Amino acid sequence: MVLNSKIPEGPIQQKWDNHRFNIKLVNAANKRKYTVIVVGTGLAGSSAAASLAELGYNVISLCYHESPRRAHSIAAQGGINAPKNYKNDGDSIWRLFYDTVKGGDYRAREANVYRLAQVSGNIIDQCVAQGVPFGREYGGLLGNRSFGGAQVSRTFYARGQTGQQLLLGAYGAFSRQINSGRIKFYGRREMLDLILIENQARGIVARNLETGALESYVADAVILATGGYGNTFYLATMAKYSNATAIWKAHKKGALFGNPCFTQIHPTCIPLSSDYQSKLTLMSESLRNDGRIWVPKKSGDVRNPKDIPEDERDYYLERMYPSFGNLVPRDVASRRAKEMCDKGFGVGSTGLAVYLDFADTINRNGKPWVEEKYGNLFDMYHEITAENAYQTPMRIYPAVHYTMGGLWVDYNLMTTIPGLYTLGEANFSDHGANRLGASALMQGLADGYFIIPYTIGDYLASNKFPAVKTDHISFKESGKKIDETINQLLSIKGKRTVDELHKRLGKVMYDYCGMARNEAGLKKALELIPQLREEFYKDVIVPGTADSFNPELEKAVRALDYFEIAELMVTDALHREESCGGHLREEYQTEDGEAKRNDDKYSYVAAWEYKGNGLKWDLNKEPLTFEYVKPSTRSYK
Amino acid sequence: MNFKLKIWRQYDRNSKGKFAVYNVTDISPDMSFLEMLDAVNRNLAKKSEDVIAFDHDCREGICGSCGLYIDGRAHGPQRGVTTCELRMRHFKDGGTIIVEPWHSKAFPVIKDLVVDRTAFERIIQAGGYISVDTGSAPEASSLPVPKANAEEAMDAAACIGCGACVAACKNSSAMLFMSAKVSQLALLPQGDPERKRRVQKMVETMDREGFGLCSNTYACEQECPKKISVSHIARMNREFIRAKLF
Ligand SMILES: Cc1cc2nc3c(=O)[nH]c(=O)nc-3n(C[C@H](O)[C@H](O)[C@H](O)COP(=O)(O)OP(=O)(O)OC[C@H]3O[C@@H](n4cnc5c(N)ncnc54)[C@H](O)[C@@H]3O)c2cc1C
Ligand code: FES
Repeated sequence: MVLNSKIPEGPIQQKWDNHRFNIKLVNAANKRKYTVIVVGTGLAGSSAAASLAELGYNVISLCYHESPRRAHSIAAQGGINAPKNYKNDGDSIWRLFYDTVKGGDYRAREANVYRLAQVSGNIIDQCVAQGVPFGREYGGLLGNRSFGGAQVSRTFYARGQTGQQLLLGAYGAFSRQINSGRIKFYGRREMLDLILIENQARGIVARNLETGALESYVADAVILATGGYGNTFYLATMAKYSNATAIWKAHKKGALFGNPCFTQIHPTCIPLSSDYQSKLTLMSESLRNDGRIWVPKKSGDVRNPKDIPEDERDYYLERMYPSFGNLVPRDVASRRAKEMCDKGFGVGSTGLAVYLDFADTINRNGKPWVEEKYGNLFDMYHEITAENAYQTPMRIYPAVHYTMGGLWVDYNLMTTIPGLYTLGEANFSDHGANRLGASALMQGLADGYFIIPYTIGDYLASNKFPAVKTDHISFKESGKKIDETINQLLSIKGKRTVDELHKRLGKVMYDYCGMARNEAGLKKALELIPQLREEFYKDVIVPGTADSFNPELEKAVRALDYFEIAELMVTDALHREESCGGHLREEYQTEDGEAKRNDDKYSYVAAWEYKGNGLKWDLNKEPLTFEYVKPSTRSYK
Repeated sequence: MNFKLKIWRQYDRNSKGKFAVYNVTDISPDMSFLEMLDAVNRNLAKKSEDVIAFDHDCREGICGSCGLYIDGRAHGPQRGVTTCELRMRHFKDGGTIIVEPWHSKAFPVIKDLVVDRTAFERIIQAGGYISVDTGSAPEASSLPVPKANAEEAMDAAACIGCGACVAACKNSSAMLFMSAKVSQLALLPQGDPERKRRVQKMVETMDREGFGLCSNTYACEQECPKKISVSHIARMNREFIRAKLF
């Protein structure tokens, strides 16, 4: 397949403007004749749905929560980037663009990233107008913090609840459009298939999670804004319901999957303490602004951290990266923590943790200062671990947090299926091999508020849409297949619960496709995953019925897709014989353990094409060219 | 730790529910309440019995999905935490724990411990927002907001919409939930143009949805996992009177 990224002509600063001028518009009076399905109500989905409805389109919106406001975006803590340069510290659109391309280790598309930086300022304007209570200075103007490896202060925040506040802003706009009648919202619905008619995305089949009924929805275009697939690892910072099903079904219907192996592992999470744990909890990365990371110099040192004298501590990030210190990008901080623990310097009962110490900051600025800034995080840490981090250092360990990979989209955010768009974390687009802090919220809202409202119009205005109703044979056939799968799951009646099997898959992924990967491990994973999948089909137990509210069945349906996507993630990781960003292949590192890219061979997006059950995926490549930010070795020393 | 659980089981909206008793053993004090229920469900699933349905998602106290009425308290015995954040170390080993869904006419039970809270949605849809179309916003810093107001607006905006306030109230009033939104927007200059209409529409909708009246017992503030203050109810009342009078 030839991939056409549809990057507009012209200098990078003018591409988006040119494009907006050149693409077709739907006449204002005609917009109401079109219907768009938006699956997902996180930042990307709710901003898209609201903005499209405001323009006059009919929007059908679905999500698996009862309310749009409960989407996973609600959990984002730290902040959202925009180069407003309110701090007068040298920020600009160009610098944000540059930082993002470099931070992504030169595996993102320049034109997309530039556009993202360009519209990010409008996002802040929009959110403030909606009443999002961003943190402010005493003069009443907006505050900024520096975040996640940036040298300028460009992050806007609403305490430790930025995602919540941004989502509630978008949810307000969304609710207003429900009130106006232009959004029809269906909660507790899970999309289980995409419907193509005459090679156009024309609808979806969803399960009503309360009644179990399968329902068909028809439209002229479909947008997936269904979030990331990090829960493939079982333990992640993702919400429990976050899953891969929507994008996976679209993938199996022909949408190419971009860079599936690019996973972000976040450095500041509360370590796993035992087997019953159902998820990992992130603590905002902002903690690294004031906390110092260290391990004992002596391996296996079990002394109380307070009894370990200064000269027997290794502040390894400060030692290795004197200019960035504790603020190195996430991939570097995570990998170094793992390395320290692998070498036996880890702390805590499992040895899988490093210290994040606030003693110096407390001595310097006082406890109240720390309390004001981080109080809620210290409370959360206390509730989970029963430890007081004002007195003893926190223990942290990296956890799966974000998936940079996702459905391949062109500059218009359209997948390889005509009329199917993907926004937010569900697409592969802007973060390359590593996402910088505070940029996912930015991307989700950029996609939803400022990009899709233009680009979808071009598609709708340029194509014809034969009349289709929900009684079309494609919906029936799809429903029949879904019924078969569900009945199969219910009838296995084996011995293992969905979680038990999913947990084992997660372990394989952490062990062989996690922070550091190598050929032997990845090959091993490619043997183990199909075995586990087979075991799932033989031995899973799913109680209850198909026609009722059945949480175990929901989990089982999602798990099936994890077993498949895991295999693609590993396949992708194995083929990429280089290290870049969050993808560290142990065979490819510099002498001092930094990721070693191979730009000659791998400066491309790997876009995988599904060929059918049991068959190997086809690899398609979208070459990446860097005209403006010349690839260099990332150095944070 | 070991517990005896009395849990509300109800097949669907139309069935009658009843309590069922489960004994759980080997619970670690560090487990969250939901992880304890996961353990119960694992045992049920292994016996091919219908698992206990409860709402949850983020499991870190922010999405507002979870919400159980535990031993007669919304979100259980600890102040300022949601059910998903609550740890088993706060319960007495060997004790009995009673687990029920939120009780309110406005929140019908869907299954077991899951209730339908869409009445909250309709209150927000009636006016809990600022009407600003995408693209029409002025430059963000053109409108300074005093820090104190911004902070208080944020206190109100911290509501997670879980419904504990309604569950805790003997009248099933949604005043705390609604006032948090009214108050947030009333504290910000952006919210000013629509302030009258907003409060009137939202109050109308709340009444229609079958929530009760507020009789100032302040149980809502006590049980709110985000410690939202009843001072927002006072502000909302002022907003409401103002809207009527002027
Ligand atoms: C703990 C945490 C903290 C974070 N902090 C930050 C931060 O500070 N800054 C930052 O920039 N980023 C942060 N991120 C990342 C960021 O929050 C996410 O990447 C982003 O919110 C994803 O938004 P989204 O709209 O793409 O998807 P989501 O918010 O995940 O929404 C997905 C939506 O799709 C729906 N859905 C999914 N599948 C289906 C289906 N099959 N059928 C129906 N509906 C479906 C869901 O119901 C939901 O409404 C954080 C992430 C986590 C986990
Ligand atoms: S599960 Fe999200 S608040 Fe409890």
